[in-house]
Amino acid sequence: MPSFHARPLQNPPTDSPRSDLPAGLWVKCKDCEQMVFQNILEEALFVCPHCDYHHPVAARQRIAMLCDKNSFQEHDADLVSVDALNFADDGSYARKIKETMTKTGLRDAVVCGNATLNSLPFALGVMDFRFFGASMGSVVGEKLTRLIEWATAARYPVVIVTASGGARMQEGTLSLMQMAKTSGALMRHDEAGLPFFAILTNPTTGGVTASFASLGDVILAEPKALIGFAGPRVIKQTTNAELPKDFQTSEYLVKHGFIDRITHRHKLRAELAALLTVFSTNR
Amino acid sequence: MAVTLEFEKSIIELEEKVAALHRFSQERDIDLGPGLATLDTKLPEVRRKIFSSLTPWEKVQLARHPQRPHPKDYVDEIFTDYLELCGDRRYGDDRAIVGGFARLSQRHVMVIATQKGRNLKQNMDVNFGYAHPEGYRKALRLMQLADKARVPVITLVDTPGAYPGVGAAERHIGESIAVNLREMFRLAVPILSIITGEGGSGGALGICVGNCVLIMENAYYSVITPEGCAAILWRSADAIPKAAQALKLTGRDLLKLGVVDGIIPEPLGGAHRDPVGAAELLKQAIVRQLDQLCAMSGAQLQQARYDRFRNLGVVGV
Repeated sequence: MPSFHARPLQNPPTDSPRSDLPAGLWVKCKDCEQMVFQNILEEALFVCPHCDYHHPVAARQRIAMLCDKNSFQEHDADLVSVDALNFADDGSYARKIKETMTKTGLRDAVVCGNATLNSLPFALGVMDFRFFGASMGSVVGEKLTRLIEWATAARYPVVIVTASGGARMQEGTLSLMQMAKTSGALMRHDEAGLPFFAILTNPTTGGVTASFASLGDVILAEPKALIGFAGPRVIKQTTNAELPKDFQTSEYLVKHGFIDRITHRHKLRAELAALLTVFSTNR
Repeated sequence: MAVTLEFEKSIIELEEKVAALHRFSQERDIDLGPGLATLDTKLPEVRRKIFSSLTPWEKVQLARHPQRPHPKDYVDEIFTDYLELCGDRRYGDDRAIVGGFARLSQRHVMVIATQKGRNLKQNMDVNFGYAHPEGYRKALRLMQLADKARVPVITLVDTPGAYPGVGAAERHIGESIAVNLREMFRLAVPILSIITGEGGSGGALGICVGNCVLIMENAYYSVITPEGCAAILWRSADAIPKAAQALKLTGRDLLKLGVVDGIIPEPLGGAHRDPVGAAELLKQAIVRQLDQLCAMSGAQLQQARYDRFRNLGVVGV
């Protein structure tokens, strides 16, 4: 772990940091609220050096973490969401898509492509929570389905790093149908005898949990990620039940037999490489 | 106890008045002449007028009407020799989804139906129509059994959704739905899915990966309830009708989007006004679809089912 306090304190923080501060300054850990130097947080793959909290990671940064340098070749980068339902007749969805694209530099909530890790080829899809809470609409479903179909033809393993607030409400049942579509593509990938690894990150909920996120041959999850179908608030509201401690966290789910392993982000690359190696050895 | 929805009131009042006049005319043996005959002919017109211009939110209310026939009612009305098969062989038997072999005329089928109750005791038994993971796992087990028996699968769906409870989460409700979505694509027998009332998001989809997906005239199918959508997007219960409109959850809208392949008409005034008539219309649609689907080979059915869902969605460049 980088030695935080050994560094000379420049600009010691006096009040809460602003998110619009330029890079290279201080940021506050979202969990323990201690101040961390931006560069140190980045070097630590956005894991807090104080409390080990795994901060959200942008798709591009995640790709860099999991792929050989410059090996990632993006697929279907041009696809964008459209307001097919003319939602609420007010153009607000189309406007919000444009705004989110400008703000995030992304074109939708998933980035797909093929890459290598330790020279082993695989297909990779990474969801980015900054884009509409990485909700799944037609574009997310279509890009992932194309990726899985491509991997089936190329005989590549598929890896999907999930994060999602669920279905994209503004696309109505079309977004619901993406759950079936992606799962169907995974069925064919499976029939071809190819492996699918799901890496679940905070938070993975709703329709993504009830489709491809749950279908990994191996399911890894980052520590303390919220993973569930209905969120804890909905469950509490509906049932009035006292929720168990750690409810719907990675730790809770590994205990209840749903996920294979909790993998610290610092070990994710190595563990993914190990899995890819196992499946490439006797082929 | 009869429940009358707001928009049903005018028609039901008129019906009652006409019936009273008939009684009066009979009891007193008085001929009310052409006036009553006019009312008799006007009645269906009024009914048609009201029911042809229902808003999406009114349709949702009809879909949830307490007197609306439930899938299991249709099973009893349409099929014979129903042989219920229970349990998921893992944890328990979920009464919110039931199924078994049955016969439709000469044809053997596997029929799977969601359940709703008519009173508190029944509703406790079926968890108000919200299935647990065991329901989805049982449904898949039965569908795989149908595949082995080479008989078509018919799913009849009327559920508010999968159950958002602690036990359901603990036993991985999301995974149970996901596995159904994947495995239903593998089956080599026809799958015919029909939304008869509420098509509650993933909870409905989990048994609706059909070669053909039909919806009854006053049923709805949605990614989220209008109430949920209104709460999230507009933070107001006043926005519920607006949300129902925005979500494009009626049969007509879903047909345009390709999410459903056809709409099954209901008797005028809705299925609850004439359950036997509604069952007959449903039966005709099932027979018609099965005749077509049963003519296809296993490989054709798998490919067609894949293509059907593969093509759903709208993207831009």
